[in-house]
Amino acid sequence: MNLLDVVLILPLAGFLLLLFLPREREQTIRRVALGFALLTFVLSLGLAVGYRGAGEFAFVTDKPWIRSPEIRYHVALDGLSLWLVLLTTLLTPVGILVSWNYISRRVKEFYALFLLLEFGLIGVFVALDLILFYVFWEVSLVPMYFLIGVWGHERRIYAAVKFFLFTMAGSVLMLAAIIYLYTYAGTFDYVELLRLQAAGNLAFRRGEELLLFLGFFIAFAIKVPLFPLHTWLPDAHVEAPTAGSVMLASVMLKMGCYGLLRFLLPLFPQASRECAPWIVGLAIAGIIYGALVALVQPNMKKLVAYTSVSHLGFVVLGIFTFSQLGADGAVYQMINHGISTGALFVLVGFLYERKHSLEIADYGGVATPAPNLAAVFMITALASAGLPTLNNFVGEYLVLQGTAQVNFRWAVLAATGVILAAGYMLWLYQRVFFGPAPESVREHVYDLKRREWAAMLPLVALMVWLGTASETFLPAIRQTNAWILERARTSGEVRVQLSMPREEAKP
Amino acid sequence: MKPSFVPTAAEFLRLSPEILLVLAGTLVLVLEGITGGRRGRELGRLCLAALWAALIASVAASRQPGLAFSGLVSADEFAGFFRVVVIAGGLLVALFSGPYLRRESAERGEYYALLLYSVAGQCLMASAAELIILFIALETSSIASYVLAGYLRADRRANEAAVKYFLLGSFASAFLLYGVALVYGAAGSTWLVEIRAALARPPVAATPLVGAAAAFLFVGFAFKVSAAPFQIWAPDVYQGAPAPVAAFLSAGPKAAAFAGLLRVFMTAFEPVSANWEDIVWISALATMIIGNFAALLQSNIKRLLAYSSIAHAGYVMVAVAAHSSIGTAAAMFYLAAYVFMNVGAFAVVSYFARQGERYVQVDDLAGLAWKQPAVAALLSLFLLSLIGVPLTGGFFGKFYVFKAALEAGLVWLTVLGLLNSAVAAYYYLRILVVMYMREPAEAASDLTPPTAPVQAALWASAVATLLLGIFPSAVLEYASQAARLAP
Repeated sequence: MNLLDVVLILPLAGFLLLLFLPREREQTIRRVALGFALLTFVLSLGLAVGYRGAGEFAFVTDKPWIRSPEIRYHVALDGLSLWLVLLTTLLTPVGILVSWNYISRRVKEFYALFLLLEFGLIGVFVALDLILFYVFWEVSLVPMYFLIGVWGHERRIYAAVKFFLFTMAGSVLMLAAIIYLYTYAGTFDYVELLRLQAAGNLAFRRGEELLLFLGFFIAFAIKVPLFPLHTWLPDAHVEAPTAGSVMLASVMLKMGCYGLLRFLLPLFPQASRECAPWIVGLAIAGIIYGALVALVQPNMKKLVAYTSVSHLGFVVLGIFTFSQLGADGAVYQMINHGISTGALFVLVGFLYERKHSLEIADYGGVATPAPNLAAVFMITALASAGLPTLNNFVGEYLVLQGTAQVNFRWAVLAATGVILAAGYMLWLYQRVFFGPAPESVREHVYDLKRREWAAMLPLVALMVWLGTASETFLPAIRQTNAWILERARTSGEVRVQLSMPREEAKP
Repeated sequence: MKPSFVPTAAEFLRLSPEILLVLAGTLVLVLEGITGGRRGRELGRLCLAALWAALIASVAASRQPGLAFSGLVSADEFAGFFRVVVIAGGLLVALFSGPYLRRESAERGEYYALLLYSVAGQCLMASAAELIILFIALETSSIASYVLAGYLRADRRANEAAVKYFLLGSFASAFLLYGVALVYGAAGSTWLVEIRAALARPPVAATPLVGAAAAFLFVGFAFKVSAAPFQIWAPDVYQGAPAPVAAFLSAGPKAAAFAGLLRVFMTAFEPVSANWEDIVWISALATMIIGNFAALLQSNIKRLLAYSSIAHAGYVMVAVAAHSSIGTAAAMFYLAAYVFMNVGAFAVVSYFARQGERYVQVDDLAGLAWKQPAVAALLSLFLLSLIGVPLTGGFFGKFYVFKAALEAGLVWLTVLGLLNSAVAAYYYLRILVVMYMREPAEAASDLTPPTAPVQAALWASAVATLLLGIFPSAVLEYASQAARLAP
């Protein structure tokens, strides 16, 4: 059992422990949950320190779980999963901190499910056996369903069921594809599959590869979510409690992006390349559509939700350029989006806790009674809009640079998303924080409290760190992407193609 | 087969579960008469003891696999597996029947006697190696369950259920018997292995009698497992029958009928498999679709679970359609998981229904999670397992079933089946929504915690569901071995 196993199992242990605590002792429950989350985070820092893989998997544990068919408990880290695991372990304590007073009913169940969610999410990012991956994928679904459905806002039940059914519809297709792949390869093990493929023992007929590709792709695209499969997202994000929105936006959406890079590109390189123009088209459509819809939202949470559709479009765009810069930018953008959108949801949640409204029109002049809140919101909004020296800029820049190398027109279209981002973010800021403060705002809105500072400070610090010292994070990402792209470009066929042909490039 | 009329000790051992169950059932009836019907509770305990004994006997019998009683009975691993499954189902039902019957002031020995006879019939169905014995076993199980369905004599719904079940069931049995007769006409034997040998000769296999016989037998079994288009009785019967009886009907008889179906079609009709494979997968698809889509519209939880059990029969049919030893093993595993999760769900329903089954609407469960968190959590586990969420038995059931189907090349059946299971998620989620996301209603408020036997049944089902979901290897390997060895 290595450090990664401990990081994975701790939240599960916390979940089980919470189940046995008496429900009346709410404060104890909160502290225990926070304790487990913080401990997990601290230990996961050890993963970053100990990770020095050169495109190899680190912290590998590979044990048999089920004998026939052979399913293994095979978990490991590489440059792609490392930061996503850290993102998860960071945002879980943040989520617990922001729920401290907000969640006052059914406290025990909330925190238990929250830790179960963390377990599922970490598992998704480290599983290297396809069935194990699927197990974690579904395990993370159940607690989120309850978090939305029990502790959400008015239309929570609709949102929760929609979220579950969308994901389920995608994931059953993925399960079919996984099993079908098994009938071909005789293994569920990712590393083994790659080995078979490298040796040329995993050649599909053309139509078959496309079907397998689609089985995985639809599941991931729903989760990302890629336009036009995004319709569950605004509902789920808006109706979820703050901590739920944070985990949804910051981590769960990354499950789809992660899947694209980890499984889709290396395992089905040819189909990935062939479908790339279509997918890029959808990604760019999502970037522009999400931004435009965000621009006209009267509801803050919904606005932030639609910015996710836009930002995640960049991630998918970066991945399907098959360029090193684009893929690095995509991964970087996953982390950025996790931090800045997570922070936005936290801040919107703070406003909601104070005034019990999510409508922009109910606010105004918040900067007067709450200057610190306003300042933090400003930094976050600017980060989200892609201001240089803050995190999103780096990711978006890399994606656009990578895209421009492949196809300049794509880059131009995608860049409009950045411009629109400045528009919706600054306009939101102006309407909420400036102008005359209505009576109700002056009365109810107070400034950040200590606990709220504790939740926000690490996020703000990371925005600056990610924005100014990207070389802390990029080398690991670069190494991993390099070998993924190497496979995506060359394996599976003889025709080697280093960039997308121009003729196909119309999105 | 062997002309020895004096069975050996080993042969008695091979039939010991059935012998034990029938003797215990008769003993219960006799004691019932002697005590004048006032000792229902004690007779219930006797019934539980008998079931435990039969469970142990089944395990012991499967250690000594072989034929018994002139080759009429085959106590192999396949039989052993199904015996354990149906007896476990019977045990769980017997556990939570007691509190239910006491609530209805109807706890009498005859209930337990009928239960024991029915389980005995199911065990025999799993081990029959000859069609007449199979028919007798089926009838033993069925007739006892017809009576059980109408056990609450004063209840009109139960009466309707019993009559409907009896009439339709008799038709199905007649079809089956007719099929047996036709097989005998074509193949000149009622022994499964001999029929196989006969059908392996092309002139015999080509006679129209064989096709008709297979079709009639299929109708008989399809009725018992509630596969489309013979599923119509199930919702009415499950809804009308007392909740524990509905639980019982959805578990044991279905598993046993699948055992019979698998054995007959994988053994006797194996040589003509090309002729029935299509029918099986069409039936599987129709069963899944009818079950799942009809369940979407139900507001009565017993009826909902009835349609859900139809849908699950469809999934098992997919495994039958795969027509391989992997498929057979998958069907066996699925049925084992299904019995536990479904009986568990019904146990909650029967606990929650209260006197006269007042609360059997889905909406009645509103807020149960905040009044009885443990019960709600257990029901959630069973429902998640029915959906097929990982780490529950239901997931690996579906996984193995669809893996077998894909390996048999049934790609579209698999895709449609899996999409079906996504549809199914909706109606199971509705129950979760009501339990967790609505404020407690009247029905949940004045609920007393479950009594010890109900608790035991719930926890046992939950532990089995989780074990099958986390460590499925042992059961699956046993099933695979049994499926390979079955004649």
